[in-house]
Amino acid sequence: MRRELEVTAVGPQALVVDRGRPGWAHIGVPAAGALDRPAHALAQRLVGNGPDEAGLEVLLGGLAVRVSAATTVALTGPPGGLRVRRAAGGERTVPSHQPVHVTAGDEVVVPSPTSGLRGYLAVGGGIAVDPVLGSRSADTLSGLGPAPLEVGTRLPLGPPTTIPPVGTGALGVSAAPDAVTVRVHLGPRADWVDDAAGRLRAGTWTVAPTGDRVGVRLEGPALERAADRRGEELRSEGLVGGAVQVPPDGQPVVFLADHPTTGGYPVVGVVDPAELAVFAQLRPGSSVRFSPVATPPPDA
Amino acid sequence: MGPEALIVDLDGLDAVAVAGAALRDALERGALPGVVDVVPAARTVLVTAPGAPEALRAVRALLDGIDLGAAPDRGAAGSVELPVHYDGEDLELVARDAGWSTADVVAAHTGAELTVAFGGFAPGFAYLTGLPEALHQPRLDTPRPRIPAGAVGVAGEFGGVYPRTSPGGWRLIGRLTEDAPTLFDPDRDPPALLVPGTTVRFRDAG
Repeated sequence: MRRELEVTAVGPQALVVDRGRPGWAHIGVPAAGALDRPAHALAQRLVGNGPDEAGLEVLLGGLAVRVSAATTVALTGPPGGLRVRRAAGGERTVPSHQPVHVTAGDEVVVPSPTSGLRGYLAVGGGIAVDPVLGSRSADTLSGLGPAPLEVGTRLPLGPPTTIPPVGTGALGVSAAPDAVTVRVHLGPRADWVDDAAGRLRAGTWTVAPTGDRVGVRLEGPALERAADRRGEELRSEGLVGGAVQVPPDGQPVVFLADHPTTGGYPVVGVVDPAELAVFAQLRPGSSVRFSPVATPPPDA
Repeated sequence: MGPEALIVDLDGLDAVAVAGAALRDALERGALPGVVDVVPAARTVLVTAPGAPEALRAVRALLDGIDLGAAPDRGAAGSVELPVHYDGEDLELVARDAGWSTADVVAAHTGAELTVAFGGFAPGFAYLTGLPEALHQPRLDTPRPRIPAGAVGVAGEFGGVYPRTSPGGWRLIGRLTEDAPTLFDPDRDPPALLVPGTTVRFRDAG
């Protein structure tokens, strides 16, 4: 029997993700990959997969998959847990962060989380779609990688691993926050914004409903252009995940994994990489404050 | 650009070409462990080292040791000829703003030896330099929501070809022929046809 998943229901969005395809930005290829990287990594460990295996990123639940063969699954991310509808009859609820053994014909259901946005479902052996430029991640900006999951999509699974699950019970499930303060490293174009540090420190922004895997749009006090930069146009330059870009209307955008490789508006600062994952989980309406810090050059 | 990347500000496209080539070469030689991306743009080169910020020290040291005023090594990345049907929606507009006939635009576009300065925007998209001044023209006021793959355009100091259907604001003067080489193929090595330093000539395919 072929080891595979068959999608039987989808919610707003479900994608195959792994650690992404960094290294191709110079030819316009976004990094992509799981937005909540720690959650994705934990899910893989819980089912005994290596760190490069692919799993599923599930936006606001609604996903159900049927497994064709016995394997182990685990869901991470905000609390919500998963349900297993047994082929033999009966249904069982399994908390998040807990691996569960399933057998051929069982259906794994990912309900909407009680907080946050994105759950990560790992399956023993990993999702074994063909890699594109070294990654199995879907990329919503460029269209590279597997298409978003639809009812009827069949996803091959890799061979079962013999690695024992790691980290079971090591990490409690905590609710995703609806208000955060994140460290932002000023620059490279902080001088394009009037009193960038002061305005970033003072303001409170609200997560707009239009956010996606490219970036989270924030609504609040405008980050106005510095007087000596008004009317000036920045030439397009390379971007990184976590870059806080300021378009002409002054409403900042925090770029996430599917961000374009270059952009033409000034980047006032970069969210600390250790704190970026929270943006995968901030629901529209959540509040964001910044704690701006100056980053010394690496040779300082 | 945050603790895990640095952006190098440069004077012009030649300095970008020199710095970008030196960094790309060092990366491919394995001389910059921890560095993942080297992204040249119009006046900058971005270098990223996710999870390895100390790797950026070697990048600074390398940049300190190269002559950014040197002439870039043009054409080192090979040359490509791209056949074009010059029937773009903005050909008349481009001709009018250049003060030329449409035939003049085609002659100037096919007569120019262009060089890939950098990539970006979309997989396989390359920013080409070397167009005559009259073809340095502004973007459209309102970008088009859907530009077909193969559309050939100009914007600012650059020329370019859209590798796949996408929105875009460049003025379009033509489209690649059906049998033109594929600009981006993730299964090919290298996936992008046009990389920094590649020489590009357009040919009028009628």
